[in-house]
Amino acid sequence: MSVPLLSLQGLTKAYPGVVANDTVSFDIGEGEVHALLGENGAGKSTLVKMIYGLVKPDSGKMLLRGQPYEPAEPRQARADGIAMVFQHFSLFDALNVAENIALGMENPPEMRDLAARIREVSETYGLPLDPYRTVGDLSAGERQRVEIIRCLLQDPKLLIMDEPTSVLTPQEVEILFKTLQKLQSEGTSILYISHKLEEIRTLCDHATILRLGKNVGECTPSETSARDMAELMVGSSLQTPQRGARDFGEVAMDITGLSVPAPSAFGTALKNVHLTVRKGEILGIGGVAGNGQDELLGVLSGETLTEADAVKLHGQPIGKLGPTARRKLGVLAAPEERLGHAAAPDMSLTENAMLTGSVREGLEKNGFLDWGKTKEFAERIIKAFDVRTPGPGNAARSLSGGNLQKFVIGREVLQDPDVLVVNQPTWGVDAAAAAAIRQSLLDLAAKGAAVICISQDLDELMEISDSFAALNEGRLSAPREAAGLTVDEIGLMMGGAHGMEVAHV
Amino acid sequence: MIRLEKRPQPSRAWSMATPLVAVLATMIFGGLLFAALGKPPVEAIRTIFWEPLFGEFSFYYRPQLLVKGAPLVLIAIGLSLGFRAGIWNIGAEGQYIMGAICGAGAGLAFYPAESFLIFPLMVVAGALGGWAWAMIPAVLKTRFGTNEILVSLMLVYVAEQFLASVSLGLLKNPEGFGFPGSRNLQAWDSAHNAELIAGTGMHWGVVAALIAVIFAYVLLNRHMTGYHIRLTGEAPRAARFAGVNPTRLVLFCLGTSGALAGLAGLFEVSGPSGQVSIDFNVGYGFTAIIVAFLGRLHPVGILLAGGLMALTYIGGDIAQSNLQLPAAAIQVFQGMLLFFLLAFDLLTNFRIAIGKPEVA
Amino acid sequence: MDLSAINPVLLIASLMVAATPLLLAAIGELVVEKAGVLNLGVEGMMIVGAIAGFATAVESGSPFLGFIAAAIAGAALSILFAILTQFAQANQVASGLSLTLFGLGLSALMGQSYVGVKPPRMGDIHIPGLSDLPVIGPILFGHDIILYFGIILTAAVWWMLKYSRIGLVLRAVGENHDAAHALGYKVLKIRLAAIMFGGACAGLGGAYISLIRVPQWTEGMTAGIGWIALALVVFASWKPWRALLGAYLFGGVTVVQLNLQAAGVAIPVEYLAMSPYLITILVLVILSADKSSAPAALGRNFHASR
Repeated sequence: MSVPLLSLQGLTKAYPGVVANDTVSFDIGEGEVHALLGENGAGKSTLVKMIYGLVKPDSGKMLLRGQPYEPAEPRQARADGIAMVFQHFSLFDALNVAENIALGMENPPEMRDLAARIREVSETYGLPLDPYRTVGDLSAGERQRVEIIRCLLQDPKLLIMDEPTSVLTPQEVEILFKTLQKLQSEGTSILYISHKLEEIRTLCDHATILRLGKNVGECTPSETSARDMAELMVGSSLQTPQRGARDFGEVAMDITGLSVPAPSAFGTALKNVHLTVRKGEILGIGGVAGNGQDELLGVLSGETLTEADAVKLHGQPIGKLGPTARRKLGVLAAPEERLGHAAAPDMSLTENAMLTGSVREGLEKNGFLDWGKTKEFAERIIKAFDVRTPGPGNAARSLSGGNLQKFVIGREVLQDPDVLVVNQPTWGVDAAAAAAIRQSLLDLAAKGAAVICISQDLDELMEISDSFAALNEGRLSAPREAAGLTVDEIGLMMGGAHGMEVAHV
Repeated sequence: MIRLEKRPQPSRAWSMATPLVAVLATMIFGGLLFAALGKPPVEAIRTIFWEPLFGEFSFYYRPQLLVKGAPLVLIAIGLSLGFRAGIWNIGAEGQYIMGAICGAGAGLAFYPAESFLIFPLMVVAGALGGWAWAMIPAVLKTRFGTNEILVSLMLVYVAEQFLASVSLGLLKNPEGFGFPGSRNLQAWDSAHNAELIAGTGMHWGVVAALIAVIFAYVLLNRHMTGYHIRLTGEAPRAARFAGVNPTRLVLFCLGTSGALAGLAGLFEVSGPSGQVSIDFNVGYGFTAIIVAFLGRLHPVGILLAGGLMALTYIGGDIAQSNLQLPAAAIQVFQGMLLFFLLAFDLLTNFRIAIGKPEVA
Repeated sequence: MDLSAINPVLLIASLMVAATPLLLAAIGELVVEKAGVLNLGVEGMMIVGAIAGFATAVESGSPFLGFIAAAIAGAALSILFAILTQFAQANQVASGLSLTLFGLGLSALMGQSYVGVKPPRMGDIHIPGLSDLPVIGPILFGHDIILYFGIILTAAVWWMLKYSRIGLVLRAVGENHDAAHALGYKVLKIRLAAIMFGGACAGLGGAYISLIRVPQWTEGMTAGIGWIALALVVFASWKPWRALLGAYLFGGVTVVQLNLQAAGVAIPVEYLAMSPYLITILVLVILSADKSSAPAALGRNFHASR
């Protein structure tokens, strides 16, 4: 066998309280698409950060084409032909496309030449982009194109892609895969990080599976069933949520002709949104992040006020009521961002229980707070939702993502809502916690509550929702019955390919 | 290699200990500064921290602690509410001045009548004066999104000019032989904020400061408004989600701190200082910022910090006359204290790790 | 009242002098804020620069050395701010305030023996022919060298931010420090450099007040100019040329009100003296509606976690 492009040998990296990577070894061959598979918290991102020079390993070594490879910083990694497309945090909203790309290059050419190269490369690979547009105005898919082109301009030998499809519609995913296959045919190796098994089976030649920081197995995805890979990844067989048959009652909440201007320079305006959700029904709202999800949640929770009769609860106008008044009426919500929106990071779980529980749980009287009762409420959430923490006195930020999310969802579910709105309820959460959260939403609906679940995870929505609609650039598609929807239909509801085209092979 | 590691949650022990560590560090570096100025460092530190409390003339200085501490605590309590919510009123000096002018003005309108109603009227007018001055940045912030830091500070300079103007004009003592400054309120029983118990320094301002401490404690720990204040400071988006109305909160925090600063000004001008004059204000409004932080924005902490800061003022005066330590040295000393406090505050949220990270 | 005593040529010339300390401090702070850092200690750094420059100039007899010392002093003080905010992760608002309080005390201490002393004069440039032209001569060609330096600095900062690689990186850091870090840029080092540049500029601005504008030393002589410079950065929407325009506008207000005071206008002196501060507030109100050009990471601390 020839010398692999990159060989990782016994990489270990520990943080206080957790070993992120424990003697991880594997090889990536030349021109190979290699999948790195694992749950949230399995140590995938620490591993790629080591390859990209952002984090130094405690022990172990890397060989690039047989030569020792110890990047001190990303600059050096890039000079050695390693490029990375990030999942988050790597673009500058206020700068234009060309400036963003120049920042990721060692010796960028003059702006005018760079712009021309961007046009050229973007057309070759079917990723059309205007170099002079401000990045903040781009859609999630377009932003990803910026990152990919930033990498391609450096002729990388190894392209690292971190969960690239989470921001794409199914049609866009297909086109992305064509682009990646073209790159592979040109000899570029790709390290593809994901937890989506079907994608990996379509695209990847080889897969390494991480669990709790350890390499727990390797396989050839095309020859391995998704179920086997899932069990390797999670370590045990998973329960799929139980959904009982339910009858829908009358309409609980409806929104008619709602339009809201964008709240900030780079926010999304909601345009003529209609939706209804009945008692006992779960309405799934799909769509790529950044298409108005946060804004829609704000309108439903009462953080954003609208015309009174744009939002109605049991036929009564509530558009002008704030979050507290809506809670009193039984409309509860759990926003996407756990730290800083759904919960205050430095406050204790007890204090965070007060955050939304004060009205319905009777935790305040004439403005004075009953901390004893609040602590009991927090303890109830911890117990009912199996939140792993030493106690309700601990700060929210000390909890892992999955545990805090269980706390946040549990806090709303236990208050017995008439209507519950959740945004990305299982984002960044491990599989066991995600399953528990989905089950709790199903149980809540079975008790007769109306649930609106906004999520990017289409598998999740297909698993739990009764009807399905999608957000695209602030518009909501007409809802359809979820059962029997094909991936293609869903993709079209999400906006299709957004002007992407297949790479010119 | 020294690295910072974020603690999973803030350390309670360090949160209490940092002010003490900061005071110690300030004593050490302050001592070095005094030595550099050619003064005996240990003697200077002892003069500042020991002399007013236990020295030969402590019978005179101890009451002064209350006199100097009360306005600092009163103002700092108000500021701390806003600071906790991320609302930065740094113009307390201006509100202090306007409170004094309005309070004294309301009283002097009735001169020389004697009535038990005059002093309460002055108190209300003083609070209103400070409140109104603070409402300018508050309303501009809520209506137009104007930065309250800059506006409240600009208004300090405006208030100082206004003070000069009334000292020389509107409120000038007609029997003052042309000297600037108002009538002496100490000499007018109805308006005099006299000592409640002779020789203790205990005046109405001290009472007000203690009430403010209790009020703030209850508000922050037991009341929804206080919870909302803390929530807004920690996570503004979560506060919106919880149902906090940011506009009302800005008006409440700035208004309360303005009113308390105004009260402090009124008690000062009707008591210890005695008259509205061009330079009756000595920077309490700014020093109170240090007091608020040194007290960790906690009401009880502020009470202690106010006492400590009053000590450095009095001790500084003694050191000035005994050791010819320049007055500015005390100002540097106080500034240093805030520096060290902010620096050591790091230990509340971070752990300093030396060498390789340990594996747990 | 005699308004005819006001000479428009001298008025414009002195307006430029009044504007220069503001301009220097504002350009420095603009760069700091572009890097995503809010340093409210401008007033403190200015006043320390004012006394450091003054003392050095008096002791050495060279105003030029004075300006160098002022820049060093301002930068040195700004390092304290950098330690607090960049290393110790302290709140930037509180740290900036502490810098100002500390600076005011420190300058008073340093300046005790310099009250009432006359500093050496820094001569105005004289270009034969040009400087002697009527009207244009005194306005354009008859100033001290630091005033021109301020204008050149504005141009340099504008060019750097707009066209240079370092400017692009600086803006990137101010826009999204996490992304800049992920791309391998040294966020803290870049911010430290920006903070020190801001400190040096504020120091120069302070020394301009004590050595040229007034020229003498009095306690607290910056009288809020550092704070007005902060407001000016907002006014300028973080654009250097607008900062220049704003500085001249405020310089104009200051000079006009001083001239009106001297001319004995029927408005009391105190109300005239208030005017620059009131106008600052007014301008802030008018311009604060649009915050879109503010750097997105302004005032937020960066800590590289895993």
